[in-house]
Amino acid sequence: MIEARGLVKRYGPTTAVDNLSFDVQPGTVTGFLGPNGAGKSTTMRMILGLDRPDAGTVRVGGRDFRDLRWPLREVGALLEAKAFHPGRSARAHLTALAASNAIPRRRVNDVLEITGMAKAASRRAGKFSLGMSQRLGIAAAMLGDPQVLLLDEPVNGLDPEGIRWIRNLLKTLAAQGRTVLVSSHLISEVAQTADQLIVIGQGRLLAQTTVAELSSCGQSLEEAFFGLTEGSAEYSASSIAYHGSL
Amino acid sequence: MTTATLTRSAARTEGRYGFRNVAEMEWLKLRSVRSTAWIMLVFAAGMIGIAILGLSHVAWSTMSAADRASFDPTNDGFAGLAIGQLAFGVLGALVITSEFGSGMIRATFAAVPRRGLLMAAKAAVLGAVTLVAGEVLTFVSWGVGEAVLRSPAPHAALSQPGVLRAVLMAGAYPALIALIALGLGAIIRHTAGAISAVVGILFVLPLILLPLGYSIQNSVGQFMPMLMAENSLTAVKAQSHTLAPGVGFGVLCAYAAAALVIGGVVMSRRDA
Repeated sequence: MIEARGLVKRYGPTTAVDNLSFDVQPGTVTGFLGPNGAGKSTTMRMILGLDRPDAGTVRVGGRDFRDLRWPLREVGALLEAKAFHPGRSARAHLTALAASNAIPRRRVNDVLEITGMAKAASRRAGKFSLGMSQRLGIAAAMLGDPQVLLLDEPVNGLDPEGIRWIRNLLKTLAAQGRTVLVSSHLISEVAQTADQLIVIGQGRLLAQTTVAELSSCGQSLEEAFFGLTEGSAEYSASSIAYHGSL
Repeated sequence: MTTATLTRSAARTEGRYGFRNVAEMEWLKLRSVRSTAWIMLVFAAGMIGIAILGLSHVAWSTMSAADRASFDPTNDGFAGLAIGQLAFGVLGALVITSEFGSGMIRATFAAVPRRGLLMAAKAAVLGAVTLVAGEVLTFVSWGVGEAVLRSPAPHAALSQPGVLRAVLMAGAYPALIALIALGLGAIIRHTAGAISAVVGILFVLPLILLPLGYSIQNSVGQFMPMLMAENSLTAVKAQSHTLAPGVGFGVLCAYAAAALVIGGVVMSRRDA
């Protein structure tokens, strides 16, 4: 369960997140959607206590992130693909993180197996492809077997097999009763895994809805998404180029 | 949702992560990157190599009476601290700036959101590792220096007044520089910037004093880390215009404490 109330984040004159409130429920995958620059990553950083909101609060499992008793066992996050020291092996990276929350060492082997990284575990992480870096990030997120998972654009750099794998993984985790929030700027991608949707644009909540509701509007999902986000894209390309990229 | 459907292998509700957990993480991080071993090697080579260079070339027979009177084999053997302080300064900066540079810091903060605790654990691990390595290699380089020093030049012995203190302080000094660098690194966040700041404080500040005349050099210079190490901490024969070794050591500890506290506060307040 994630509860955001009136979140505001400003960078100089720019308001990245503007009075944003939403709930992310357990037991389902929630898609966090918005055009590039909508404030998705900023919001995720505020959920994790990395950035301090200028106003508002966000609570995870009823607590401020900084007050969590075992942060890695409660919340797993993938924010960027390469959040590791390039000179450290995948195993050393995970072992160090595990130690901070007294997570047993065997769990490092487990997540290396789950993410298909066991064979690459002793290689230096700086040599990894984007897809492998992403898998290592997912392994780190799952290290504490957390009840809440936050993943920022997790399919970036994954091959089709990897994309299918992460979709199934997220569905399985949600089916186990966990809270799963996945950001994306592609409605077509999110629709494959998510049931719930939080759509933002220019830092504001545009809709908290479900994939089923959005697709029942009579249009295609893309059309419905563009209808919602119209005018809020930070960099508005011509509509032909935008459609063509999908 | 029932708990039976969950594979909560790591589930744990009692207690809370604390200093020991975070310190263990920092210890594992420090030993799992190659730069730590390289820096130790540079430190060892600098301390021992320069002790050999300095003391094996002492030509007692051609020295003036004044030079003989001020000859301090312990102090002269620690000229390698110029390299040693830089090596551990780089290590201290890297402990934090490599995390900001790589994005690792966000993984670290997500695991340990109490950043003051993180800073304390980093300081404790870095301080302990550099202190132990510093003391061991300082004793080794002192012993090697005395071994290559040829008679009739007078040799130092740990039993002589002030010698043990000089060796112990020489070993602790690079650890204090590492802690100062850690604090600077937390403030500056960029590796190149933090190392430049360390070099600036150690090597450039004393140069700036040179054109300002003796009275300023003497009054300000006694508070500059490198000059304190050379003229106060590691000196067995008392030198003029320096703090007493115990006072100088206290001042350096205060510098390190200030850098760590300011670095910890700045890191806690800023977005990552």
